[in-house]
Amino acid sequence: MSKTKFTNPVMKWVDDRLPVFTFMQHELHEYPTPKNLNYFWNFGSLAGIVLVTMIVTGIVLSMHYTPHVDYAFDSVERIMRDVNHGWLIRYVHMNGASAFFIIVFIHIFRGLYYGSYKAPRELLWMLGVVILLLMMATAFLGYVLPWGQMSFWGATVITNLFSAIPLIGEPIVTWLWGGFSVDNATLNRFFSLHFLLPFVIVGVVVLHIVALHTHGSNNPVGIDTTGNDDQIPFHPYYTVKDLFGLGVFLVLFCLFVFYAPNYLGHPDNYIPADPLQTPPHIVPEWYFLPFYAILRSITFDIWFLDAKLLGVIAMFASIGLLFILPWLDRSPVRSARFRPIYRQFYWVLVIDCFILGIVGANSPDDPVFSGLDGFQFIHLGMISTAYYFFHFLILLPLLSVIEKPDPLPASINEPVLGGGGQSVHVPGKPMEKA
Amino acid sequence: MNKLAIILSLLFGLGAPGLSLAAGEALPPPKQNWSFGGLFGTFDRGALQRGYQVYNEVCAGCHGLRLVAYRNLTEIGLTEQQVKKIAASKTVKDGPNEEGEMYERPGRPSDRFVMPFANKNAARAANNGAYPPDLSLMVKARMGGADYLYGLLTGYQESVKGFQIPEGMYYNKYYPGNLIAMPSPLVDEGVEYPDKTKATVQQMARDVTVFLSWTAEPEVEQRKRLGIKVLLFLIILTGMLYAIKKRVWSQLH
Repeated sequence: MSKTKFTNPVMKWVDDRLPVFTFMQHELHEYPTPKNLNYFWNFGSLAGIVLVTMIVTGIVLSMHYTPHVDYAFDSVERIMRDVNHGWLIRYVHMNGASAFFIIVFIHIFRGLYYGSYKAPRELLWMLGVVILLLMMATAFLGYVLPWGQMSFWGATVITNLFSAIPLIGEPIVTWLWGGFSVDNATLNRFFSLHFLLPFVIVGVVVLHIVALHTHGSNNPVGIDTTGNDDQIPFHPYYTVKDLFGLGVFLVLFCLFVFYAPNYLGHPDNYIPADPLQTPPHIVPEWYFLPFYAILRSITFDIWFLDAKLLGVIAMFASIGLLFILPWLDRSPVRSARFRPIYRQFYWVLVIDCFILGIVGANSPDDPVFSGLDGFQFIHLGMISTAYYFFHFLILLPLLSVIEKPDPLPASINEPVLGGGGQSVHVPGKPMEKA
Repeated sequence: MNKLAIILSLLFGLGAPGLSLAAGEALPPPKQNWSFGGLFGTFDRGALQRGYQVYNEVCAGCHGLRLVAYRNLTEIGLTEQQVKKIAASKTVKDGPNEEGEMYERPGRPSDRFVMPFANKNAARAANNGAYPPDLSLMVKARMGGADYLYGLLTGYQESVKGFQIPEGMYYNKYYPGNLIAMPSPLVDEGVEYPDKTKATVQQMARDVTVFLSWTAEPEVEQRKRLGIKVLLFLIILTGMLYAIKKRVWSQLH
């Protein structure tokens, strides 16, 4: 570490004592990055920016919000009406949650396609799954705070899931509620935890980045970088690329914030919570729909485990199995570009997840196709849930053995002539220039 | 949520909810043109003021508007003098005073709209057991928004064949379940507009829907005006970032 690279005497003085500038130089400037990253690699930094946006808007909202069953709804409306630009801050926060999930879902599916979870990045991936779980908890808690009908009934349904745990389920639910129903104590602790968890997320994100910078980014070809020809410094190449991506994101995001701020929400949440009146359909926010579908798809008891408990287990398992994904998929090849069979099943999984989302948004008893009453959403949900687990638990281990990968190029920089690697440069470069 | 479901359903060719209808199922309200829709939407001040008149003379007997203050009425084009007069014509319960007594006083612009009933039970008792919901957020709190509200106000009809209407209920083709406890609130010439607009049911329904769209989203004009500026700025910025990106990366290849 050379101490002479800073000519500014103040920077030099500080850096000698606390090497912040050296750190920034290493991790943000020189940080060697594969040169072939496509735009799917934008979503990590984008997620970080949205996280910061959520924390900043959230802190401002908390200055005006009152976590009390009698005042919560009205305090939110006060933010919307009487706080200067309060509507903007709240709509950014509201739609920011959706944007955060869209970005993180794309980020995760990018990792699935290019095998970013494989050695030596298993812990990086697992930390990412922890972030997803924390995000889901935070989003759920936050959705309760406006104390609308969906807030209240969503909280009731989700906390009741824990009553499925045998013997200790009921006491756990009472403990979570801080009473015998979702009430003021519940709202208070949800507010407290909704304030706390984002900072826990920041902590795990730091670990996520440390783990990332240990081995560097994976890349669309999925092979290790072999030398300086393969790598470019993060700044200015990826800083400017990330900034451009941020610009595109902000245009789309602002379309929602300014022109369709409630498009992704449910109208019922503009009705104050009423414990005596259950809404006809209780649906979670869109980003929970696939998990909600899995939860409801288990309708049968197995031995002493009842359907409700199995549904809860299945829902948590659908994310939990991502923790062991690096060991389910044993194929030595990372990128789906060189895995002809996996590549196709990858897209089947993507479609399966969309279908789970549709199932989660509909009532289980409604027919999927009008006129075909025998085939209801519950059936579609069961099939797509089964396929989800089949993909991870059976297909991936099986493909690791039976799939014959296409030949890999020798390096990222090497133009591949012939063979299966014809895609190496085609999708990489034109996308960067597009 | 349903909109998303419908889009996803269409994408994947699956049955969209609400396409098949039977008696007892509400029709989807027809789409209307609203001046506050679109990228540059603004409220028509005339319609807002007529809508306030309809609310005040027809709806306010049963429905509250508890999130709106009289001072907010300056935003629909009334002068401060007019607002003061409107507020002063209402009786507000205040207190306790120095003697510890509650007392009544004329309203002030800073007061929220006076509620028609003292509490929920009083509202139910006066309305055959049904609770007339607060209208402040009604347009935002219903699927279909302004279209739905307009549809509801104009959607009353005699029952369809084979559909029994219980005592004290009314048939409305856009109301979920079709049975609504509120009788058709609007009749032709039910109010007299000072601007000589003919007060048909359709006209009044339209005006009051515009007014209630404003009470639900009073920020809509400011939001859309700011949105245009923000978007223009972002599009130019993003274009410039793209040019820089291209230039920086061209050194590489």
